[in-house]
Amino acid sequence: MKMLLLGLLLLLLPAGAELSGSAAPLRGPAHASPSTPPRLLLPQPALERGAPGVASARSAEPAGGAGGGGGPGEPAAAEHPHHGGGYRVVQWEWSYVQTPYVIAIWLLVASVAKILFHLSQRFTTVVPESCMLILLGLVLGGVVLIASKKQLYQLDPALFFLFLLPTIVGDAGYFMPARLFFDNLGAILTYAVVGTLWNAFCTGFCLYAAKLLGVIEERVQADLMDFLLFGALISAVDPVAVLAVFEEVHVNEMLFIIVFGESLLNDAVTVVLYKVYISFVEVGPQNVQMADYFKGVASFLIVSVGGTLVGLVFAVILGFITRFTKKVRIIEPLFVFLLVYLAYLTAELFSLSAILSMTFCGIGANKYVEANISQKSRTTVKYTMKTLASIAETIIFIFLGISAVDKSKWAWDTGLVSCTLVFILLFRAVGVVGQTWVLNRFRLVPLDKIDQVVMSYGGLRGAVAFALVVLLDAEQVKAKDYFVATTIVVVFFTVMFQGLTIKPLVKWLKVPRSTNRKPTINEEIHERAFDHILTAVEDIAGLQGYHHWRDKWEQFDKNYLSKLLLRKSVYRKSELWEAYQKINIRDAISVIDQGGNVLTSARLSLPSMASRASFPEVTNVTNYLRENGSGVCLDLQVIDNVPGSKVEEDMETHHVLAGNLYKPRRRYQSHYSRHFMPLGEQERQDREVFQRNMRSRMETFKSTRHKRHKKERSLKKHRGSDTKDEGGDKPRRNVSWQDKASQQLV
Amino acid sequence: SVSAAHLLRLHQRFQLLDKDSSGSLRSEDLEAALSENPIGVRIVGAFFQLGQEMVDFPSFVRILAHFRPTEKNRTGDGVQPDPGTQMKCPSSVAFQLYDRDRDGKISRTELLQVLREMLGLQVTEEQLQSIAERAIQEANLDRDDTICFDEFRKSLEKVNINHKLSVRFLE
Repeated sequence: MKMLLLGLLLLLLPAGAELSGSAAPLRGPAHASPSTPPRLLLPQPALERGAPGVASARSAEPAGGAGGGGGPGEPAAAEHPHHGGGYRVVQWEWSYVQTPYVIAIWLLVASVAKILFHLSQRFTTVVPESCMLILLGLVLGGVVLIASKKQLYQLDPALFFLFLLPTIVGDAGYFMPARLFFDNLGAILTYAVVGTLWNAFCTGFCLYAAKLLGVIEERVQADLMDFLLFGALISAVDPVAVLAVFEEVHVNEMLFIIVFGESLLNDAVTVVLYKVYISFVEVGPQNVQMADYFKGVASFLIVSVGGTLVGLVFAVILGFITRFTKKVRIIEPLFVFLLVYLAYLTAELFSLSAILSMTFCGIGANKYVEANISQKSRTTVKYTMKTLASIAETIIFIFLGISAVDKSKWAWDTGLVSCTLVFILLFRAVGVVGQTWVLNRFRLVPLDKIDQVVMSYGGLRGAVAFALVVLLDAEQVKAKDYFVATTIVVVFFTVMFQGLTIKPLVKWLKVPRSTNRKPTINEEIHERAFDHILTAVEDIAGLQGYHHWRDKWEQFDKNYLSKLLLRKSVYRKSELWEAYQKINIRDAISVIDQGGNVLTSARLSLPSMASRASFPEVTNVTNYLRENGSGVCLDLQVIDNVPGSKVEEDMETHHVLAGNLYKPRRRYQSHYSRHFMPLGEQERQDREVFQRNMRSRMETFKSTRHKRHKKERSLKKHRGSDTKDEGGDKPRRNVSWQDKASQQLV
Repeated sequence: SVSAAHLLRLHQRFQLLDKDSSGSLRSEDLEAALSENPIGVRIVGAFFQLGQEMVDFPSFVRILAHFRPTEKNRTGDGVQPDPGTQMKCPSSVAFQLYDRDRDGKISRTELLQVLREMLGLQVTEEQLQSIAERAIQEANLDRDDTICFDEFRKSLEKVNINHKLSVRFLE
């Protein structure tokens, strides 16, 4: 939200420079320059949504329902002419506030829509949210169409590529589980590059063949180049759609990371193919030379490697900057957002692959940034990113729905549509099977048939394809309208039909689902030991396998990179100790959770957890943010888990305030949840617990609070550290624990 | 079940490691290859049976074959040690890593030693103790203050050990 408004304001500033009283500042530029800022503009003069900068010029057009927002019945905003003379007590300042107002209304509509959807629990488990949003968009589009006889709002590619997509990709990239990603990198790259190329060429050629055979009618004026272009843009798996659908399905992590990683990494391929074919189409197919093909291949390498490098450079910068932000904690989140976004824009600037850049920036920076910044900043970053991404996703789907209603933009050809649908499904399946067969010879964990089914079925197309097709130049590509219609149908089909059916499919096939693992210290220890073992095995056998290189990278990281990018106080800490701390904190939270009194448990001297009475609480957990990557669960949404039997036992043994207080909470999976922030929940509930206690035992609370601080201090002394502020630079300080603890009670 | 080409390569490796060309490897030879590994000595120790000093080539191959990816990769760690072929399942190799004295249990001191080796100077003694304490408490089901093999396996039931402990090199 902040980013959007900030960008908007920045862009409006020059436009609004001449505001004077109630004059309409936006109307100036509206008349002056009807179009043309950056390359990504639509040729149609349709009234766009009040998008920042680019479309703001147009949105200021004094047409009727421009201010309609979501409300069906909003009257056309009357122009307010300037009556000379007389002081008006109240004035209608519509054109002054128009753009931000419209944006805010849209965001509000999107958010309220989400609330409404979740009112019906049963409904939401069956129908994925993306479906409902598209349907809502369709309805809204219809309403606006009827109200003002022409389509006012559309998914503007500039808005999409500059604001909506980076939000989602940034969120995904930053929270990508790095270890899992790199473990499966081979498979991901194969599917992304080879798979997309296969899909694109096959679809393009087959559509052309269909045209030649007459299945596609003559009025679709497209030849081979056009079809190849269309094939290129329709064949890429879309990250937004994959996230939206898989978020609700909870397949196991490996499967998810492969599909999702593919959707991110195929951006380079898509970008290159798209640009190459556009230039071929412009130049005319006759003039294409061999050299151009080679340029295409070279361009692919440059785009992908360049994008990655840009991302990594920004990751290093970000890590480095956060090393010094101790005194300016409050703007730490801003650095994260800015630099990740800049990574995207810079890659876009050099026409490299922006998605790759942002993804690798996020992956690279995550480890160092999360270690450097304060706990509150971590929460802020996480919360804000999730909020923005959630909203962006909502808006994208709503606008997809709205854009579909505008009949003037598209033209229908049954042959084209049906052929495309058949081909993309067919080639996706064939491609996946073929590549998996090859990959399984090299992979440790083979991908079996069920995985392949889910992968082919999960190859969803989404808004990226739509934005790309809308960007086509109707002069060059005569069949653009047909392509637009086909893309709309394809996107709707994949998101809605496949989205609806993938859950039952997954259940029916008994796909291994993601596991709810509460982190245990044993797993942490043993996984580290295993890594050492495997490296040793490889060393003994003289192999230079994956583990060997991973080990080398870890050494490099420990000796050079971390020294550069991590704060001194953080650098010395051991990851295992951090993990241990987090688990402990989690237990402390759950003690309070259960209605226990921290005072009595504090006597347990938390680190050693001597008391048996508190041990059962270990099993009843609300997940603390588990930042360490290994074995992370990729659930994107809240899972409502029935507490297991062990927890039920504990509940019985745990009498007292169980009736009063919050029942063992459902477990929330941390990382990709767009809808829930476990930490926030926890804090709120702890606060409420405390307030209850306070209300009933005000006096004793005050005195015991003193004791508790004393206890805390004595605990600290016991651990050999001293000061209370979080900025202490002493080695081996457990900053996060203290920070958390002081949050708990103050 | 190991291809000839791989055997040849392993044999070459074996000879490379065998500094005194005695036809069998002592633990020092193997440890030399693992000089950078913080728990290298332990790993080597885990491979040798009690009392065994040398490793000849067939045993060498057999040890490495423990880490071959099994066909049953999908299922969890349900593979029982097969006494016939002396193949242990990977988790028992891992267990032996901790349990140096082979008494079938990981005691607190043994765990502490492993942790110390792995973490070195990064953590204080008290921190190590806390971690070890916690680990035992988590895994310990029969209240005997040590971790036996079953408890070890149970604590790792969510981690697919077969997946984790596989190296692809002996097809």
